[in-house]
Amino acid sequence: MNTEATDVQEGNMESAAPRTHAINIGDLGRENTAAGQGELDIALNVTELDLYYGEKQALKKIELDIPRNRVTAFIGPSGCGKSTLLRCFNRMNDLVDNVRTEGQITLDGEDIYSKNLNVAELRRRVGMVFQKPNPFPKSIYENVAYGLRILGIKDKRRLDETVEKALRGAALWDEVKDRLQDNALGLSGGQQQRLVIARAIAVEPEVLLLDEPASALDPISTLKIEELIYELKDKYTIVIVTHNMQQAARVSDYTAFMYMGELVEHADTNTLFTNPSQKQTEDYITGRYG
Amino acid sequence: MDKLGQHISQQFDEELEDIRNRVMTMGGLVEQQLSDALRALGDIDAELAEVVMTNDYKINAMEVAIDEECVQILARRQPAAGDLRLVIAVIKTITDLERIGDEAERVGRMALHFAETGGESKMLVGINHLGEHVRGMLHDALDAFARMDTDAAIDVAKQDEKADRSYESILRELMTYMMEDSRAIPNVVDVMWSARALERIGDRAKNICEYVIYLVRGKDVRHVSMEQVEAHARSRHDD
Repeated sequence: MNTEATDVQEGNMESAAPRTHAINIGDLGRENTAAGQGELDIALNVTELDLYYGEKQALKKIELDIPRNRVTAFIGPSGCGKSTLLRCFNRMNDLVDNVRTEGQITLDGEDIYSKNLNVAELRRRVGMVFQKPNPFPKSIYENVAYGLRILGIKDKRRLDETVEKALRGAALWDEVKDRLQDNALGLSGGQQQRLVIARAIAVEPEVLLLDEPASALDPISTLKIEELIYELKDKYTIVIVTHNMQQAARVSDYTAFMYMGELVEHADTNTLFTNPSQKQTEDYITGRYG
Repeated sequence: MDKLGQHISQQFDEELEDIRNRVMTMGGLVEQQLSDALRALGDIDAELAEVVMTNDYKINAMEVAIDEECVQILARRQPAAGDLRLVIAVIKTITDLERIGDEAERVGRMALHFAETGGESKMLVGINHLGEHVRGMLHDALDAFARMDTDAAIDVAKQDEKADRSYESILRELMTYMMEDSRAIPNVVDVMWSARALERIGDRAKNICEYVIYLVRGKDVRHVSMEQVEAHARSRHDD
């Protein structure tokens, strides 16, 4: 797990301008909505977040707001800390030895690192999908119903309804409705990934964390996942980590560029990809990093 | 946005450098066409006027070729940030250059007619002056593009007002020739069309300067006041 933090590359990027570590609330706090200019509703707030793997500091004073019902993408070179930051949002890093976190993250204003917080409940509210599809070796139906059964739901009709709704939500229903009892491992990689997304949304989370959700998929499956992300943002706040910059440009509303544990720039995606304010960002997105 | 090179892909560096060089080559050709057209008109040289008219196809061909290369870069490289702005600025710049070429051709055509119908050089005093002015603007605009120099771009853009004033004054002068002698009208019309073409060249040189500011600063300064253009051009990201 901590290879993320140790394989930090010493890039030759010069920093020309002073860095802005945080989003400028003045810029990001308002946006054009269908109804006109509106205040952005913030789902997740990160304040002065430091994270250490043992002695090694993997995240440095991160300040970030994640707007609700929007897609926020984290981009940056390997080892920059983007996956580490993503895993802070559902406290996945708790499972790693020697991890120490300082600072604060709030979900709907509630401190998720507070001692009396129920971590299992947090992970229901903040679902996660990984790079490689990881369905359970069970039927398609049982994969999606899994989280519901853990929540103690036994009513067959309610299970059926929720499974169908989740599979429809993940744009998979039409492909699997006639074989719900088949083993999930028989699905294609792209279908498996959408199944895993269905499993995540079956328990009605508020936030979906996607860690390189399409990097193991072929181009068509990738586009289906991207289309799905676009549809899901009506209901969920989505945070996606991706190595594929075109993907970040296509699917996200906001993009955060990280480099060596620091948040270099966070802006709306259009601005970040056409006129970034930091030279490091420009070098990275134009392929001059190396 | 201060340099093109240093991509991980050297091939990409070369492609961007290549389209930029080709814009400069095309710009050089357009400058030559404009010079020749102005000389043909000023010296009442029918032969040179015909050369200008037949050479315009070269400029058109260059526009098509550079456009094609830009489309390929967009499709294959998916450029971002400054690289994207360079490709967009190139596409727009060559459109204006091609139109400047057309205006030069129009001046050549008018010069030929003027020469063949015995136009008098006294009508050409004002237009020679305007021609030199917009030729200078075009040269400096291309120079600003080559050096990505926003200060120079602003200086050129500001000179367009002088071209507009000069054009209006030429029109007033030409009116008097028409009132004096109606037989002079065909020749006056040649000069008037030429003056109009030159005034448009000034506008298009100014457009190129606006693309330079977009390229370097990422700010679209079309259709805004000169004061705002200056504010945008001087703004630095780290302000």
